[in-house]
Amino acid sequence: MSNSDQLKRADFIFKNENDWEDILKKNIKRSQQELINELISSELKGRGGAGFPTGLKWKLSAEAESDAKYVICNADEGEPGTFKDREILSLVPFKVLTAMAICGHVIGAKEGFIYLRGEYFFLKPRLNEAIHEFETYCKTIHVDFSIRIFMGSGAYICGEETALFESMEGKRGEPRNKPPYPALSGYMNKPTVINNVETLAHTYTIFKYGAKRFYDLGVQFSRGTKLFSVSGDTPKPGIYELELGMSLADFVNDFGDGDTKAVQVGGASGFLVPRKRFTETNIGFQGKLTGISLPTGGSMMLFNSSRSMFNVLDNYLEFFREESCGQCTPCRVGCQQLWRGIKAVKSGDKNAQYLDKLLRLAETMQLTSKCGLGQSVANSFSSIVENFREEMIY
Amino acid sequence: METVSELIKTLADQHGRNRQNLLPILQGVVEQEKYLSESSMIEIARELDIPASEVYGTATFYSFLSYKKMGRYIIRVCKTITCSMKGKNQVLLAIQDMLKIGIGETTPDGVFSLLQTNCLGFCHKAPTMLINSDVYTELTPEKVREILSGYLAKAKEGGDYEQ
Repeated sequence: MSNSDQLKRADFIFKNENDWEDILKKNIKRSQQELINELISSELKGRGGAGFPTGLKWKLSAEAESDAKYVICNADEGEPGTFKDREILSLVPFKVLTAMAICGHVIGAKEGFIYLRGEYFFLKPRLNEAIHEFETYCKTIHVDFSIRIFMGSGAYICGEETALFESMEGKRGEPRNKPPYPALSGYMNKPTVINNVETLAHTYTIFKYGAKRFYDLGVQFSRGTKLFSVSGDTPKPGIYELELGMSLADFVNDFGDGDTKAVQVGGASGFLVPRKRFTETNIGFQGKLTGISLPTGGSMMLFNSSRSMFNVLDNYLEFFREESCGQCTPCRVGCQQLWRGIKAVKSGDKNAQYLDKLLRLAETMQLTSKCGLGQSVANSFSSIVENFREEMIY
Repeated sequence: METVSELIKTLADQHGRNRQNLLPILQGVVEQEKYLSESSMIEIARELDIPASEVYGTATFYSFLSYKKMGRYIIRVCKTITCSMKGKNQVLLAIQDMLKIGIGETTPDGVFSLLQTNCLGFCHKAPTMLINSDVYTELTPEKVREILSGYLAKAKEGGDYEQ
């Protein structure tokens, strides 16, 4: 475990987009295997929150045999507290488009889609202009790859990759059973690479500077940099690119208002860390040697001592009960019951021991829900109830 | 303005008549009509040759595809935690006070609808709202009154806002 003394800031993602034509031209000439090896050796993991190795994802799709394959950029950023993907698409769209085309070259796909959340409709005209310019350049260097924007319509669950495919196929955004995984059977049941906006932007950095430059940043199991969306009780809310593996104490030192009592890492589906655990908690993916490590899609919400953690949990549960797709019972009923349950305890209709029943319900949801939404409700629920139990009761 | 059935035909010509074109078509109808009536959903089903229940089931899944008649300007105030922490309730009260409608309601003249929504992705600039697809951030009751006055003036110019 390497605890840094201070936060290591980086500036890759938002810098130097104007060399995209060179990056595309250079990398499109490299062999598929070479590009995959480069990605694998960088140890880049998906930046949407789940952290699947990106190189492996591309490799699996590249090896799959099919008449059609797709590259999808997941821009359905809906996790409370996350707003980095919008900034990438606004400020450096060509990095994302270039990465998609290189991915198309690697796996053998001619079509790409950007699934843009309905809330970001205002980005569409400028993004379409960028796509037009990009495709025009592709034609001049004989790269056969087209990109289209598919608009979401206000459903958090559509950020889940298989729900996103259903949505693109004209159906309700209900997650599918896995396996099969998207790399082999995704959109229209064809091999599909689906990556978060930020992940694609990082592949650009890797193809530009080489895997080693990226690998040398961060710590073991959590290589490279990550964009953090910082909000809540902080004097400097905004988006910051930091190396992975920092301790939460260092983070709070830099971004807190001096009175931080807890940080929610990873949004409503993430974990709440109380002050007493700041030092022992690191931000990054879990590994044998990294201690308590919390993965995150980048959402960092700070709460100071003026905040009621009951209100925070109430807000998260209201979010989940509205955004559950309703397909599987543990999630559909569980989200409702947890939400009602904490209100009943707070109002005195149920006694404090009822919280233990709710914790067991959350555990059941984690074990039995069909997709990440229902499975992750327990993260915030349990970490808030266990650490701030008295605030749930009185 | 085209009639709804003309619009549906145009959209189907433009996007295609496969199932995977359903969402863009629904979105196109909502953009013009501000909602999906039962008859337009049946019309879309006929155009794409799929059961109307499938169109209904899909449309009602998505929060931006309203199946209730909405106003010309749909105000969506973000209610997620950071916006709540930074004064969302005062902003909401200011809107309700100015337009004399509650959450989920539409002004009698059909100009504004007021809704709350989940995270808009501007937590660092909370509180936030969308009016149709335009984003307004770092709101205060004063600021929101100013913004709405602008829309009211615009609606009056358009001739369909009568108080």
